[in-house]
Amino acid sequence: MSETGSKVEWVYSEKLKEHFMNPRNILEDEETYQDDGKGIVGNMKCGDEMMIVIKVDKEKGTITDCKWKTYGCASAIASTSILSEMVIGMTLEDAYNISPKDVAKELGGLPIHKVHCSVLGDKALKAAINDYYKRNGLQHKVKEEETRVVCHCMNVTDKEIEEAVLDGARTFLEIQEKTKAGTVCSECKEDILNLIEKYRKEHFD
Amino acid sequence: MVIRRVYLDNNATTPLHPMVKEEIIKAMDVFGNPSSLHQFGRAAKVMMVEAREAVASFIGASPEEIVFTGSGSEANNTVLSILACPSKQCSYFESIKFNKVITSVIEHPCVMETVKCLAGRNTVVKYINVDRYGKIIMDELEEELKRGPALVSIMTANNEIGTIQDIKKIAQLAHRYESLIHTDAVQAVGKIPVKVNDWGVDFLTLSAHKLYGPKGIGALYIHKNTPFCPLIRGGHQENGRRAGTENTLGIVGFGKAVELRKAEMTAEHERLLSYKEKLKEGLQSKIEHIHFNGHPEDCLANTLNVSFPGAEGEAILLYLDLAGIAVSTGSACASGSLDPSHVLLGIGVPIEYAHGSIRISMGRDTAEEDIDYMIEVLPGIIKRIRSMSTVDAGGIKNE
Repeated sequence: MSETGSKVEWVYSEKLKEHFMNPRNILEDEETYQDDGKGIVGNMKCGDEMMIVIKVDKEKGTITDCKWKTYGCASAIASTSILSEMVIGMTLEDAYNISPKDVAKELGGLPIHKVHCSVLGDKALKAAINDYYKRNGLQHKVKEEETRVVCHCMNVTDKEIEEAVLDGARTFLEIQEKTKAGTVCSECKEDILNLIEKYRKEHFD
Repeated sequence: MVIRRVYLDNNATTPLHPMVKEEIIKAMDVFGNPSSLHQFGRAAKVMMVEAREAVASFIGASPEEIVFTGSGSEANNTVLSILACPSKQCSYFESIKFNKVITSVIEHPCVMETVKCLAGRNTVVKYINVDRYGKIIMDELEEELKRGPALVSIMTANNEIGTIQDIKKIAQLAHRYESLIHTDAVQAVGKIPVKVNDWGVDFLTLSAHKLYGPKGIGALYIHKNTPFCPLIRGGHQENGRRAGTENTLGIVGFGKAVELRKAEMTAEHERLLSYKEKLKEGLQSKIEHIHFNGHPEDCLANTLNVSFPGAEGEAILLYLDLAGIAVSTGSACASGSLDPSHVLLGIGVPIEYAHGSIRISMGRDTAEEDIDYMIEVLPGIIKRIRSMSTVDAGGIKNE
């Protein structure tokens, strides 16, 4: 075949491509790795699942090592890889505050339809940090998310469901259209139906 | 490392046949509007007539039964929209006494989305399920037909898994219940023998760019006695069945492409079938937990759909791309939505498998070395992805 393909720009940024081709900090020795905190989020039925493990310098409160495993697409693999590099050496507080936007920025940008692929990484990291706090009697430091993820496939929170209800959504289908929640595995359908009823009563009754 | 460039996505589109290209270049000098009566128009018309005859004879139709369209999608939309025609002036309105569509759960999106739209315009839409190989469940179809006549639209060969339906049998069944039968044969024409006169269908859709012709040109076969209503109005072109100045270059290319298919198709079928066997054996011997989708026999020779649990499809596609190999995937992540392939889910492939599936579709340019290269490269990619995956491939059950 002709060589024209090689001149065509790749589908994502060069930085993402580089991390996809050479992912850093993959957890290869899962059985023997002595982690201080571990977080798993996502669900492979939705097409994305991530696990992050960290080692912590307990004196300084900094992350000394971060390893991961990801089931997911190129953006998911690359964003977990780059996140693992970002957090090594960081304090737990700073690491906890990393947002999906920070990850996307570090990757040189993500197409809009791929933003959700970077969302799981920071969630897995937050879960790992909270796990560390819990294991070390630092419960008071555990920050529970103010929002709750209802649809794990599309990563839609109860806050977004509430917004949609305020916006006029009254049926499961309307919630699906507005938020994309429940459009993949639908396991959250009952949860969503209950929330619609709850927010409808709260705001409109 | 020398990267070999391998195109294994021929169900998405095919490269232009060099002789088709030549024919189109020649036709570029013929600029007349085929509707014009003068010599310039007549020159264009002659070209078009020949191409129409070629396309018609390739599928066992008469030239006047062929309507050229802008794409296969347009042809499918045209057929399905017949039922929703609100115009009392429509000359065919009176002859269609039903407002119901029966289709399958594994049709192309251009059918799925159109029937969904029709359902919103008061057309009754019924979906027939398929078995685990993608074959229409005939009893279900008959049960539905017993409830009342309909426009039945079932694809000849599936674009994702390659499963081929028995359209002749489906057409007979549809006609027994005074229904109309349309088949989207976009993936079939040029790969397997398609004969409308033998099958007895009312409508059939085909497209040039799937058979080494140019893009932007499709065709709709309409049986001469079948009621019809145009989608695009306002011109006498195509006997008033599709308005708009004809895409003469596309039509000429289409004609040449089918003519060449006639000569190349049979030998190619045998060759690709042997490649497919080699590919299956090669991948199976080197990769654990691998699952082939589609019908083991009634399947397009060029198409192999395969799932690798524990590895996500877009990642497989992009690692292959970096190795120079082009395939497509039924994974959600590649499409921009999070829904994996409705075809794979339709045949009952577990969602975990659907996310990790790729479609390999060979073509006339595929060489045995391409297959060897694929067998050499893919196992390493799967192994690599699985090594960084949270999901244990062996832990997923395929029920």
